[in-house]
Amino acid sequence: MSNTDKASITSRTASITKATDLPKPTRKTHKGLNISEEQLLELYESMYLQRRFEERSMQMYQKGKFGGFLHLYIGQEAVSTGSGFALNQDDDFITAYRDHGHGLVKGITPNEAMAELFGKKDGCSRGKGGSMHYFKPEKHFWGGHGIVGAHLPLAAGIAFANKYQENDRVTICFFGDGAVDQGALNESFNLAQLWKLPVIYVVENNGYSMGTAVHRHSAGKLADRAYPYGMKYDVVNGMDLFSVIDKVSEVAERVRETKEPYFLEVVTYRYRGHSMSDPANYRTKEELEEYKKIDPIERLKTYILDKKLASEKDLEAINEKVEEVVLEAVEFAENSDFPDEKELYQDVYADDDFPYLT
Amino acid sequence: MAQKQFREVIREAIREEMERDENVFIMGEEVAEYNGAYKATQGLLDQFGDKRVLDTPISELGFAGLGVGAAMNGLRPIVEFMTFNFALVGVDQIINNAAKIRYMSGGQVKIPIVFRGPNASAGQLGATHSTSFESFYAHFPGLITIHPSEPYDAKGLLKAAIRDDNPVIFLESEQMYGWKQEVPDEEYLLPIGKAKVKREGKDVTVVADGKMYHVAKKAAEELAKDGVEVELIDPRTIKPFDMKTVIESVKKTNRCVVVDESHPFGGVAAEVGFQIQRDAFDYLDAPVQRVTIPDVPAPFSRKLFDAWIPGPKQVIDAVNTVTYRK
Ligand SMILES: Cc1ncc(C[n+]2csc(CCOP(=O)(O)OP(=O)(O)O)c2C)c(N)n1
Ligand SMILES: [Mg+2]
Repeated sequence: MSNTDKASITSRTASITKATDLPKPTRKTHKGLNISEEQLLELYESMYLQRRFEERSMQMYQKGKFGGFLHLYIGQEAVSTGSGFALNQDDDFITAYRDHGHGLVKGITPNEAMAELFGKKDGCSRGKGGSMHYFKPEKHFWGGHGIVGAHLPLAAGIAFANKYQENDRVTICFFGDGAVDQGALNESFNLAQLWKLPVIYVVENNGYSMGTAVHRHSAGKLADRAYPYGMKYDVVNGMDLFSVIDKVSEVAERVRETKEPYFLEVVTYRYRGHSMSDPANYRTKEELEEYKKIDPIERLKTYILDKKLASEKDLEAINEKVEEVVLEAVEFAENSDFPDEKELYQDVYADDDFPYLT
Repeated sequence: MAQKQFREVIREAIREEMERDENVFIMGEEVAEYNGAYKATQGLLDQFGDKRVLDTPISELGFAGLGVGAAMNGLRPIVEFMTFNFALVGVDQIINNAAKIRYMSGGQVKIPIVFRGPNASAGQLGATHSTSFESFYAHFPGLITIHPSEPYDAKGLLKAAIRDDNPVIFLESEQMYGWKQEVPDEEYLLPIGKAKVKREGKDVTVVADGKMYHVAKKAAEELAKDGVEVELIDPRTIKPFDMKTVIESVKKTNRCVVVDESHPFGGVAAEVGFQIQRDAFDYLDAPVQRVTIPDVPAPFSRKLFDAWIPGPKQVIDAVNTVTYRK
């Protein structure tokens, strides 16, 4: 008998099981979802921008243009894009450290986003936050958060303030499957339900928390965490843009009206390693390939072409435009200055003349 | 003797202690199948199996507390935090439970546990990932805090920590895991709470812990070229702090600079400075100086980060101040 059989506490599954199971995509068409043809192309452009932005970031990172951690969102773009579309512009977004996609969707410009990666003063956090800590509150983007689970209570608070101010805004809070295991999730869920806060909690279940597959880190089904609090919940296909739009629209309407929270498990997949230093040896090539076959961008492209809503050439033109935007962002970031050294002591306190200790 | 990396000796210490005592086990995020986020636990799962090498969810509060409970009930857990920045999520378990239960139970409950993992900044990771905790943990009675700077010390002290019946905070460094030093092959332990004079000198005492020891060492080498002989002390353990060694040195050199990666307010440097003025006031030829990170969170930008993290230059400046050379 091996050590493993004797008294196994953490279950090691011998065979590689699929990291996550995708629910069926919606059967609704763009018309059924009230998406105009123009909007459809904008959605395509947005997803493609997120993808190319990150591919370029990766390249710049590998060239040594900037340091720190770089967590790529590639593969998950339907979630940020669909949510952004389903919600109003002044609805509030907050997410974890895999935040480039959400930030771009909420109106951080590619220039500001790239400059932040480079640590430059024109970055969306003025070079002080880096990849994991994007911010743009004027566009209702409340961050990029580096500590797993730490932003879930913040989302409850943002929703609390919206309700308090009777402004009808909805808050949406994204986090990874790993964050489901944090105490903060349970405390936030309880408060949000107890106080009836207009917040949508979205777990982007991409199958892994770093190198640990979901079934190895979380007991039961993720979505069921809402159940004991009497919170409404559902599971949706996150590789399909239309499914995300469909579900988040429905949920948003309900949350806006009832002022009660909702928990959505969005099943998705990340193509790259956890961060740049992770070779992702814990999963098979086959698994990755299987998800790439249902790539959200390719899927939308196929839909557009099949329905003859645009030609191959039209999409090519969008791609070229995006390519230019991204290259310009790189150039912008390169040319932006580093923050002045005196910036080190700015933004710690509200006062300009705070008496720092040395 | 062989050259060994910091991560290798951490692994050796854990392995030897797990071989020696069945009650020692290790848990943490990615420690088992992934072989450790920084590969400190490589191979341990294969050797000891998943009864004793456990991957945890990202539940620092949960597994820190579970460790404390297991320690109360007879085991000797080693809890790895992916970094100590993330331990903040579970810090109630460390401060209120691990540190205080022995006391509150009138000494009836013992808690032999080691919380270990990387501490302090590791380059441009932003403010949430760059905190140095030696001063923070040393503040609380009931905890031992160890902050080694070199593989030799790390191995001997980690083994001692695992055998110690107190809760121990053992602080490592992402940036130092690959650094090497000659380390004996045969088993050895080092006493907790003993500083080491790592360079002798007559002109000025410099006290520096963890990664800052290496910064101070570079400064000392520079200063030597300039004819200034630094006596460099690595406290190795922050609590209990070996003030005796420091005071003896200050009585000889009459000058002191303390270098530490904490913020200045109430940090290790503040404490050491206070004790020197109380216990060696008459020997001082200059006020004690300190070099710490500034009173601001870690910035991301390379340029700001370089201004934030102390380097040899700041240490040299401080030495020049206490020696009235500039
Ligand atoms: C409290 C805390 N513990 C550990 C970490 C280190 N860490 C960063 S991301 C991560 C995995 C998170 O996985 P998941 O929540 O599934 O998000 P994903 O990376 O898949 O987007 C870990 C362990 C952290 N940032 N914060
Ligand atoms: Mg995940």
